[in-house]
Amino acid sequence: MARDVIYRYDGSFEGLLCCVFESYDRREIPAAVLSPDDVQTTLIPEREIVADAAKAARVAASIPRKIGAGAPGFVRRAFLTCLPGKEREILLFLRLGYRYGPQVMNLLTNETVHTLSRAVEFLDRESHLLKGFIRFSEFNGALAAEIEPKNFVLPLLAPHFRARFPEERFLIFDRAHGAALVCQPHRAAILPVEGLELPDPDERERETRALWRLYYRTVEVEGRHNPVCRRSHMPKRYWNCMTEFCDSEPTGSKNPTPKDKGREKGGLPFICGF
Amino acid sequence: MDLFDKLKILTDAAKYDVACTSSGVDRAAGRGGIGSAEACGICHTFAADGRCVSLLKVLMTNKCVYDCRYCVNRRSHETPRTEFSPRELADLTIGFYRRNYIEGLFLSSGVLRNPDYTCERMIETLRILREDYRFCGYIHAKAIPGADRSLIERLGLLADRMSVNIELPSHQSLSLLAPDKSKVSILGPMGGIRDGIRQNRTELVRYRHAPKFAPAGQSTQMIVGATPDTDYRILNLAQGLYRNYGLKRVFYSAYLPVVENSLLPAVGTKPPLLREHRLYQADWLLRYYGFSADELLDPQHQTFNPYVDPKCNWALNHMEAFPVEVNRAPRELLLRVPGIGVTGAKRILTARRTASLRPEDLKKLGVVLKRAQYFITCNGRSVPGLRLTRDSILRALLSARELDLYSRDLPWEDAPQQLSFFGGPGPEREEVRKWLAT
Ligand code: SF4
Repeated sequence: MARDVIYRYDGSFEGLLCCVFESYDRREIPAAVLSPDDVQTTLIPEREIVADAAKAARVAASIPRKIGAGAPGFVRRAFLTCLPGKEREILLFLRLGYRYGPQVMNLLTNETVHTLSRAVEFLDRESHLLKGFIRFSEFNGALAAEIEPKNFVLPLLAPHFRARFPEERFLIFDRAHGAALVCQPHRAAILPVEGLELPDPDERERETRALWRLYYRTVEVEGRHNPVCRRSHMPKRYWNCMTEFCDSEPTGSKNPTPKDKGREKGGLPFICGF
Repeated sequence: MDLFDKLKILTDAAKYDVACTSSGVDRAAGRGGIGSAEACGICHTFAADGRCVSLLKVLMTNKCVYDCRYCVNRRSHETPRTEFSPRELADLTIGFYRRNYIEGLFLSSGVLRNPDYTCERMIETLRILREDYRFCGYIHAKAIPGADRSLIERLGLLADRMSVNIELPSHQSLSLLAPDKSKVSILGPMGGIRDGIRQNRTELVRYRHAPKFAPAGQSTQMIVGATPDTDYRILNLAQGLYRNYGLKRVFYSAYLPVVENSLLPAVGTKPPLLREHRLYQADWLLRYYGFSADELLDPQHQTFNPYVDPKCNWALNHMEAFPVEVNRAPRELLLRVPGIGVTGAKRILTARRTASLRPEDLKKLGVVLKRAQYFITCNGRSVPGLRLTRDSILRALLSARELDLYSRDLPWEDAPQQLSFFGGPGPEREEVRKWLAT
């Protein structure tokens, strides 16, 4: 029933659900499901899947009913991962789910379930690490931080930091995905943000950073020096955005400007109001 | 002295205490407050020695009237002295917390003037944080041995976790190296905290809004390698503390000689890090795998083997319990297989409900086949060509050099990682019991 066709969708979660609808409607399994960001030229014909709120809603409603209460959260998180070709994997997972019902979550040795679970584990791990590794700076009473994650973690970070700072105004800018979580008491949103320059730190901010760097250096027990262990717990790619690894600059920005990775840009995975 | 100097001195003085995690309590900030605590614990950074930093860990002061021999802060040691004021320390904590540098505060102290006065300074710091700043983040406070019970109680109502460090795993070592402390001054507060937690639990059932007493429980730390106490004794003591005092964690700290003393290993001796590692592994087996201390070691084998982890070592000595059938074995048995961890066992139980598992499936479930393959069957079949004897397994898992050293069954003192400090037989099990008897 696999067909030589590629689905092209709008990059939104709802759009992907419409691909699932299409796949059932036409009794076919696409060779790939591509978002507007994926530039790929093949000989296989492409079909544009137009997002349709009603179809998306029907699919969304069927997921918990047919595949169980855990499935919607799992699929949403799978959609936030950086797994290449995640769209098709999600489509295949849902098709499995409609066949096996809630049992699908236990098919840990099935290739699709395994691949997606691993990707979701990576997402969960990255967002857990970032709960600790994010560094805020204070500017006029508001807090701002920058991150460069592989997965789109902002929706997962939001509840944590909102609980931590219920009375603060704060912002987390995801440089890698061009998005920011913006929060103030009792309101929050994830918005597309292209470039963002944070202002220069003031005297107090600089002092607090310097105190932290001093603390960081001092806690090491020299007799136990073990950089390999440090790197395995805290991969180097996070250091770029962490205060303790930035030189004690008298002025200037908090973080070194990131190497331009020529990041491929497009829309956000999704914007949520939560 | 400015804040930088104070921070440096009082961090330096506190860093040898390893009992530092932020796990065990779930709480969100109240109105107008700041902070939350997460049950799973969050690491905010890792120091260059690879250890996790989740809390601002400092001493209130390093001015100490006591003279514990192993301690950098002891009275007779010459070192710059200073102290934080409660307000200074609270401000520093909030400044770090808001920037997400830390999960909270770990506060300990040298004994300034006397235990009660010291305890009051700590209480004041915590009061500022909890009341003035309405701080809901994590606070771990060290009970000061010898402080009045009512003060310990007030501290416990402000903190999330309390700890009293045992430091030395035997009464004998303690009286030798920490003459101002006694078993009673340590176990006293420990028992007090245990009772406080218990009593608080019944109060919470009756009055929903009763303040919580150390909701994340209590922990302790022991120094490893400063005294002749064996792994066997240390592990038994830990087990006793889990069972009799309801401790949440016991931390082990490889002794790093920081002071010159004829009773202690010489300065420059390497800390016994591998030994510390083995104790942590064994501790996990006590807490999560259903092992008891005397399954892992016994009076004839008082020392962990440096070449094989404690679980693998147990399995090799109990070949009669294997192989275990992965498609049928209950959780407790799966957990005893080397290479199968808590997550692996959970996934096996889940996955085998829908499909019968083959060896190649296990890797996907997070099982380390290199070790596990010798101890399991899948539907009655084991990996072809494997010989299931203690010897052949060891040969497969260890290098020739390690195998040679392993088979000589060396005690720690002769292993290459560690030099010998003390001769003579280790203290007896009875001693441990006595230690634990209140
Ligand atoms: S009481 Fe003993 S261990 Fe504690 S700071 Fe004073 S000398 Fe050190």
